[in-house]
Amino acid sequence: MTEPHYSLFYVFHFYLFGVIALASALAFVTRTSPVPAALWLVNTMFSVAALFVMLDAQFIGVMQVLVYAGAIMVVFLFVVMLLNLGHPSELAHPRGKWWKLGAGLVGLGLLSEIMVIARAKLPQQLIVPTDFNEQQLQKLNAVGTIAEPLFRDYLLAFELTSVLLLVAIAGAVVLARGRAAGAR
Amino acid sequence: MLAESLALTAALFIIGVMGVLIHRNAIIIFMCVELMLTAVNLTFVAFSRFYGPAGQVFVVFVMTVSAAEAAVGLAIIISIFRHRQTVNLKDINLLRG
Repeated sequence: MTEPHYSLFYVFHFYLFGVIALASALAFVTRTSPVPAALWLVNTMFSVAALFVMLDAQFIGVMQVLVYAGAIMVVFLFVVMLLNLGHPSELAHPRGKWWKLGAGLVGLGLLSEIMVIARAKLPQQLIVPTDFNEQQLQKLNAVGTIAEPLFRDYLLAFELTSVLLLVAIAGAVVLARGRAAGAR
Repeated sequence: MLAESLALTAALFIIGVMGVLIHRNAIIIFMCVELMLTAVNLTFVAFSRFYGPAGQVFVVFVMTVSAAEAAVGLAIIISIFRHRQTVNLKDINLLRG
């Protein structure tokens, strides 16, 4: 599996967005109040979207901005607003020192595990030519690259997704409506 | 850039895991789960450069599932808040043995 040579410009921006994503994620996880946390998470999502674009997945990058940074985070902020949660101090309450230490140890363990897994050899016969995606991009453009397998090979899964979304909408409405409005 | 992407993915995922472990606010824990899903999406996209566009299709599915999950999960949080007047997991221990 050989990677093409990347220009210094590309590598610099890749690292730049990677560092922004990591720093925002760290800032996100150390916040105790939900609203700053949500805003830092939006920052992370944006830099990950930039990385998607740099990794030849332009459509996924756009989806990331629209769905994650746009829709999902707005829903989160909306719920924070709806809940009207008293003082920040009383709702923060992160766990104690020992728990944080344990969490750090678990994190280190998982990280080393993932790094070991990432060193595994990939089966050679599964690997497509390196410029395959670029060819696809030139032939079908950014949307067609995804649309063709989505509507041909994964059509059944795509249709089932619509059922999933319908069930999720119904479930969200039933759960959020509550007993007062439900019982008549 | 595959190795760099995978390292970044691992770091983001672990940050999400640690957020789930150290926080007690249900909404922040939910956002940590979203961060973990995003990290996994980055893995899919990084590998899709070598395994073809199917990885990107899976990212679309993951995004759909996470949107559905956010909708249902937040509805559950609203429902819990209506009963208990809190989203602090310390006070939500109905299923604790």
